[in-house]
Amino acid sequence: MTATEARPEAEAPEREIGRERRRKEDQRLITGRTRWTDNIQLPGMLHLAMVRSPFAHARITSIDTTEAKQSPNVVDVVTGQDLAETQGVLINAWPITPDQKTPTHLPVAIDRVAFAGEIVAVVVARSAAEARDAAELVDVEYDELPAALDLKEAAADTVLAHPDLGSNKSAYWVFDSGEAGTGGNVDEAIAQARESGGIVLEREYRQQRLIPAFMEPRSTVVDPTGEQLTVWSATQIPHILRFALAATTGIPESKLRVIAPDVGGGFGGKLQTTPEEWITVALARRTGKPVKYTETRSESLIAAHHGRDQWQKLTLAADREGNVTGLKVELLADLGAYVSLVGGGVPVLGAFMFNAIYKFPAYHFAVQTVLTNKTWTDAYRGAGRPEATFAIERLMDELAAEVGVDPLEIRERNWIKHEEFPFTTVAGLEYDSGNYEAATERAKEMFGYDELRAEQRRRRESGDPVQLGIGVSTFTEMCGLAPSRVLGQLDYGAGGWEHASVRMLATGKVEVVTGASAHGQGHETAFSQIVADRLGVPFEDVEVLHGDTQVAPKGLDTYGSRSLVVGGEALVKASDKVVEKAKTVAAHLLEASADDLDFSGGRFTVRGTDQGVAIQEIATAVFAAHNLPDGMEPSLDSDATFDPVNFNYPHGTHLCAMEIDTETGALHMRKYVCVDDIGNVINPLIVSGQVHGGLVQGIAQALWEEAVYDESGTLVSGSFVDYLLPTSADTISFEVDHTTTPSLTNTLGTKGVGEAGTIASTPAVVNAVVDAVRHLGITDIRMPCTPERVWRAIQDAGSGTEATTGAAAPHFDASTGMEGTVDRTAGAQDGAQQ
Amino acid sequence: MIPAQFDYLAPTTVEEALAALAQHGDEAKILAGGQSLLPVLRMRLNAPEMVIDLGKITSLRGVRDDGDAIVVGAMTQHSVVGSDPLVAEHAALVSKAVEHLADVQIRHRGTFGGALAHADPAGDLGAPALALGAQFVIQGPGGTRTVPAEEFFVDLFETAIGEDEILTEVRLPKHTGWGAHYEKFVRVAHQWPIVAVAAAVRLEGGTIAEARVGLTNMGNTPVRAHAVEQALVGQPATPDGVRDAAARAAEGTNPPSDLNGDADYRRHLATVLTRRAVLTAAGATG
Repeated sequence: MTATEARPEAEAPEREIGRERRRKEDQRLITGRTRWTDNIQLPGMLHLAMVRSPFAHARITSIDTTEAKQSPNVVDVVTGQDLAETQGVLINAWPITPDQKTPTHLPVAIDRVAFAGEIVAVVVARSAAEARDAAELVDVEYDELPAALDLKEAAADTVLAHPDLGSNKSAYWVFDSGEAGTGGNVDEAIAQARESGGIVLEREYRQQRLIPAFMEPRSTVVDPTGEQLTVWSATQIPHILRFALAATTGIPESKLRVIAPDVGGGFGGKLQTTPEEWITVALARRTGKPVKYTETRSESLIAAHHGRDQWQKLTLAADREGNVTGLKVELLADLGAYVSLVGGGVPVLGAFMFNAIYKFPAYHFAVQTVLTNKTWTDAYRGAGRPEATFAIERLMDELAAEVGVDPLEIRERNWIKHEEFPFTTVAGLEYDSGNYEAATERAKEMFGYDELRAEQRRRRESGDPVQLGIGVSTFTEMCGLAPSRVLGQLDYGAGGWEHASVRMLATGKVEVVTGASAHGQGHETAFSQIVADRLGVPFEDVEVLHGDTQVAPKGLDTYGSRSLVVGGEALVKASDKVVEKAKTVAAHLLEASADDLDFSGGRFTVRGTDQGVAIQEIATAVFAAHNLPDGMEPSLDSDATFDPVNFNYPHGTHLCAMEIDTETGALHMRKYVCVDDIGNVINPLIVSGQVHGGLVQGIAQALWEEAVYDESGTLVSGSFVDYLLPTSADTISFEVDHTTTPSLTNTLGTKGVGEAGTIASTPAVVNAVVDAVRHLGITDIRMPCTPERVWRAIQDAGSGTEATTGAAAPHFDASTGMEGTVDRTAGAQDGAQQ
Repeated sequence: MIPAQFDYLAPTTVEEALAALAQHGDEAKILAGGQSLLPVLRMRLNAPEMVIDLGKITSLRGVRDDGDAIVVGAMTQHSVVGSDPLVAEHAALVSKAVEHLADVQIRHRGTFGGALAHADPAGDLGAPALALGAQFVIQGPGGTRTVPAEEFFVDLFETAIGEDEILTEVRLPKHTGWGAHYEKFVRVAHQWPIVAVAAAVRLEGGTIAEARVGLTNMGNTPVRAHAVEQALVGQPATPDGVRDAAARAAEGTNPPSDLNGDADYRRHLATVLTRRAVLTAAGATG
């Protein structure tokens, strides 16, 4: 049975599901005439400014707040010492091993700072400008300590990020298919390949550090004047925030109301509980007044969590035909200075995905998480799965080159055939559905694969200065986080269910409450479409409420491409309960047996008659409660909590053509085709937005973005001048299509799409870049593939994998003699005298 | 992103602006579009006590024909310069450079004189101005003086403008009938060029009779590639004719190293981009 067959109103005349509806929330979001946290103004509200450490690692020897306290309209200046226990502590919700080393993470550091950007003092003033002015007057003295910065060196414990812990090695987590009983022993597979003249590929790839760079900077407002302490925050996780605040500050959960109003993007970067939130809560309680803190973009770049940052050591064994016999993955993952909310769980989320769409007989995964004196890391769009997908899809291209066959051919030899689903992988997951052949066939056709290969040959033969490369990525991912039981097995601190309520109002309108609070994804539109179909009411009559723990008391928020496949399923179940209740009333009003009723297009009709009643009429009748079945509770409202039994496995084939100017190393994307199988689609327009945006974010990792620190631990790419975010001017028009094998694990047959583009595109691009110059003897170019790295690889061709440089210096710094004006600031060029 | 407090003046004449400068001395900063100054203030990298905004001085705006030169008022926005027919006809190199300068918003707010006075060696206007032999008209308490481009750019973010002076206009000697091209190398569209080359050539038949070449971001100031210019004279405007001359583009330069590339890479880029810029300016392909 497919999911679509299960839909009772499938024959309804106007289906909402599948319609290209424009997002109903966009007008207010795009114009900004809405409740962004920073727009909130409360009577008597005070403002905060943070004093942050310029040093990566230092002992705080003294903090003099005297002058700052005398600054105009300053109410208070506090240090970590002043706040003491009242500031609470930041939690790690996912200790990946029982013996994980987890440094205590105080919102305001007291005696030692562990990264540049850590907060050491806080100014409270009557305006944000006055707070900022006074922050400049706080005099902090530091004793600088040696800093653990380089990931590999930190893993060797040459310098300790937290001397009291005795080691930088936080946790070592292993999955082994031999031990788990899901496959063979990988070392044996590798040994056998070596002995039998098979292929053993050894590669080391770098996942550079990235910055989520959401559009709306983080902001928090706390109002302590009501019975409940109200916290507004630009967060992806209002429910988890409420829980964590209650758990660490001593405020009873029932005394806390958390609101994530409209939130301007997150990409995982707001899947965090932050020092700034804890500090704002502490100072609202301390002053007894509403308090606001909004970070600057500069603060956001240095202090909001970063993503990725791994070294990946990979060993792949195969026979001479390229049938993979084993894969061994050994990761170093940089946690930064603290183990953040999900922290070491990010690489663990990738542990089940290195085997991807392939039938590998043996698999071993090990990750060492490492503490350093850099900004803490956590989830960033894809969280663990882009890293895994990059590694395996790069390796499959390398394997194809080694065997001497087309990269698509090598994949086909190893992938799960469509008739083999459901398929239990060597990592122990059961893939419910998919058709890799169909997506690949369609992508090849759209791409003009054979023609581009022919052009590539022509360019190589003629020695064209502009070479053409074709990159492949046949990705899958696990999303829809997550089955609570699995999370429990992995020692995660919470479950993965989602909650929904559907309320039929007296006038026939519908209020829908979801615990999956959006931060730009379009939930209000997509969820309205689902409920409109399910209840047979007009799309316009459905209001989606979320993000306020008074309105949506239960939920586990938005991340991991879970909102539709977990939250959407909860909505379906709640809607179906409403229909069931309404059916009882309909039977009563129509004086018919419930068994004789049909429900379609929002009307209950008595089979074989023209008698019927609309669900809206039933809502009114239930509100009046004058004439209900005996003993019936006068309410149609229904709740549902859905806990998925499995993850959700979108997949797709992405093909990228890159032109490389061999004279300069310049890279130009010629063509990008993706065919994603994301099951049934609720709103194709929203899906397009997610795919296009996701692709750009993944392409940006391949080509542009990198958070770079200098040797003293200062973030060099600390503004958008040096941290290169692409704009529409830097991208081409992508060609996007879909094949459909509905998911079998939710009623609607949907699969997550929020992260797919990002997960898939990075290796497609790098594979294309390497493919363009592989004939010159180049087998790798480190990300981001800058023109300089490409050019150097060509210059050093034949010398192996490492042909990259990474000069860590901003374009111009303050020491270059421009009277203290470092001037390469975001978006600014030209136009100021002197 | 809150600047420190400052006072603000918006004079309507150059004389008033000069008087304000004289009064406030080095506590004052000139605001001439603000596309570099405002971010600097917002990031608190500089905190002047007085900001003198030239935006209301209408006499500093506009483009006019003055015989052998096109004169651009210092406060003329990039978007105006870029679409001006006089500039396009007689100083096409400037039009080409403005076309891809930063982004649309900045081209509508930033000003020609402001950008040049800012003297960012990665700015797009310095190299064309230098290549065309622009003259900078600077007004101070003692009157007006004119400084040639080679003397105008002194160092990184430093020009010949004195603390009590204001750049009022830039004279672009007419290069009517010259072919021009600005070849800009970037990783993303809206960043400062990693290297860019401004080239103008005058052809006689298929031969290069005269050439002007300026380099962006190849040192602390815009750089004039004299060696290239001399070597181009008499060469055919073909890839082979231009190659050897272009190979001399990095001679005497001192480019920076940063995340986008080190000095050696920039020197290499300069040679390739110079060849392309000259050929495109000459209407050939390469």
